[in-house]
Amino acid sequence: MTASNHRSGVIEVEDLSKVYHLGETEVHALRGVNLTVTEGEMMSIMGPSGSGKSTLMAILGCLDTPTSGLYRLAGTDVSRLSDRQLATIRSRQIGFVFQTFNLLPRATALENVELPLLYAGASKRRQRARAALEAVGLGDRARHRPVELSGGEQQRVAIARALVNEPAIILADEPTGNLDSKTGDEVLDILTTLHQERGLTLVIVTHEPRVTARTERTVHLLDGRVEREERP
Amino acid sequence: MILWTNLRIALQALTANRLRSVLTMLGVIIGVAAVVALLSIGQGAQAAITSQIEGIGANLISVMPGRLEEHGAMGAGGTAQTLTLSDAQAVAEVPAVMAVAPIYQGSGQLIAAGRNASAPIVGTTPEYLAVRGVNVELGRFFTPAEVKATARVVVLGAQAVRDLFGGLNPLGKRVRIKGTLFEVVGVMAEQGGQGPMGSQDEQVFVPLTTAYRILGGRAASGGAFLVSTISVSAASPDVVAETADRITALLHQRHGLGPEDEDDFIIFNQQQILGAVQEITGVLTLFLGAIAAISLLVGGIGIMNIMLVSVTERTREIGIRKAVGARREHILIQFLVETLVLTLLGGGLGVGLGAAIAALVGRSGLLTTQVTPDSVALALGFSAAVGLFFGIYPATRAARLNPIEALRYE
Repeated sequence: MTASNHRSGVIEVEDLSKVYHLGETEVHALRGVNLTVTEGEMMSIMGPSGSGKSTLMAILGCLDTPTSGLYRLAGTDVSRLSDRQLATIRSRQIGFVFQTFNLLPRATALENVELPLLYAGASKRRQRARAALEAVGLGDRARHRPVELSGGEQQRVAIARALVNEPAIILADEPTGNLDSKTGDEVLDILTTLHQERGLTLVIVTHEPRVTARTERTVHLLDGRVEREERP
Repeated sequence: MILWTNLRIALQALTANRLRSVLTMLGVIIGVAAVVALLSIGQGAQAAITSQIEGIGANLISVMPGRLEEHGAMGAGGTAQTLTLSDAQAVAEVPAVMAVAPIYQGSGQLIAAGRNASAPIVGTTPEYLAVRGVNVELGRFFTPAEVKATARVVVLGAQAVRDLFGGLNPLGKRVRIKGTLFEVVGVMAEQGGQGPMGSQDEQVFVPLTTAYRILGGRAASGGAFLVSTISVSAASPDVVAETADRITALLHQRHGLGPEDEDDFIIFNQQQILGAVQEITGVLTLFLGAIAAISLLVGGIGIMNIMLVSVTERTREIGIRKAVGARREHILIQFLVETLVLTLLGGGLGVGLGAAIAALVGRSGLLTTQVTPDSVALALGFSAAVGLFFGIYPATRAARLNPIEALRYE
């Protein structure tokens, strides 16, 4: 692979497979997935439970490594990296948004947003965290703890945390799954706006049609393989 | 930067579970307090004994007769009749000897104004004051002229005054010692504590010549005057050992002993006694400290237990931190700092509590206590070591958690 190839996609996945060993039985969570996500794209991954979308998400998020196959993130092969190198990639290149928000309960909104900067050893952490909170419309909630925020606000804090490090890609795992439809729409609005204004690359795992309707492309997973791809 | 943040995170986590943190710390607090308090008692005892021995005089060399060996049975030191007054006079000629006080000691009944008491009777010369580093509180000591004249004058120890005169001024009063009338010319300053031959405050001092008259003291063979101790004062503490060697050589030769023969006398100096006593009290201090350290160890196990629970409870937090980029060492340091904050905070409070206990014990008058910077540093250092040792396992467990599983943990 030459350096010019990475222009084609910020994420390039070739023949990715993952096998779990549960005692004697082997579970094939992924059986040869091919996927390319281009820079600045907002796409979604859909599939029934057991289709392997959580496993794919974990590998794309560098929380796990594939059993075989290739995963290139922003031009770097990350499929064979060590635990320590993966942590560095997570802190620099990837932003996570979870279904259950996953904020630290004892930390304020601002401290939660600062967290990735802390582990990346970045400077001007306060200012950058504050700017990220303002970008999701929560500049006035910086000193609040998660329990003092509504579900929609908590998810917006999580989005601010995901984008504060200016990662190559933001991975959102069912970001509206724990929200009512109105606040879910608000969160989607924010993600869409960030994508349009800043050119953020977004990969959203979901099973809700109202989410896929907002994305430019949807990849359907079934039994650990890409079943089909559709564009609205 | 990272350390400061870790400290804040640790304090947040610890204050979130205030009661549990305090109870966990209690183990360390009690352990450190025990170490500090017990070491203070050991070191207090050491300091008190040391100063008492040093008070007798750092230059002092004592020569006593050897053991009396009779039919193979060993008697106590000082029972043989081997030291004589002429030995003492010869020792005075040894270089670097400042002063020599020959002592002949016995005991007997004292009667004054209807009261009576039994007391050690010490016959000596005026050099005794300088050699033993003691002072007369009231009146005077007897003079060389009085020694020469076999004068019937006596200087009383502070306790002897209380026993015989109930604390009234005894100067000029008469005391009957073993049937002979003496005039009290002085009172010794209070010494306190126990000397090697009973309380020094109970002793009464008479001129050496007078002591021979009332106590006897002539050798069975030859009729030389015997002495029970020759107290020698060396010119300075530096020459004590060397002077003691010279005296040994002199007496060895004077007693007609061959090079292979053992000495028939015992010679020792204050530094030897001090060394021996310090060794004993040092062992005592170490022993007390070791017992206290066990409780600190138990406290450390308590901390490890709680930290393991804490790691399990916060699995999800660890998962979140890892997902946003925390490396293993970030998590390791976070939990280690938390354990160290617990132990050092507990250590600090324990030092305070231990010092308070030591002060209380000291004030009660039962024991002298001394909290030294050394023992505080030792206790704090030990508690930090306990924190590190018992913190590493839980922190490693936290750092090794798989981020995906940690994020799924409910």
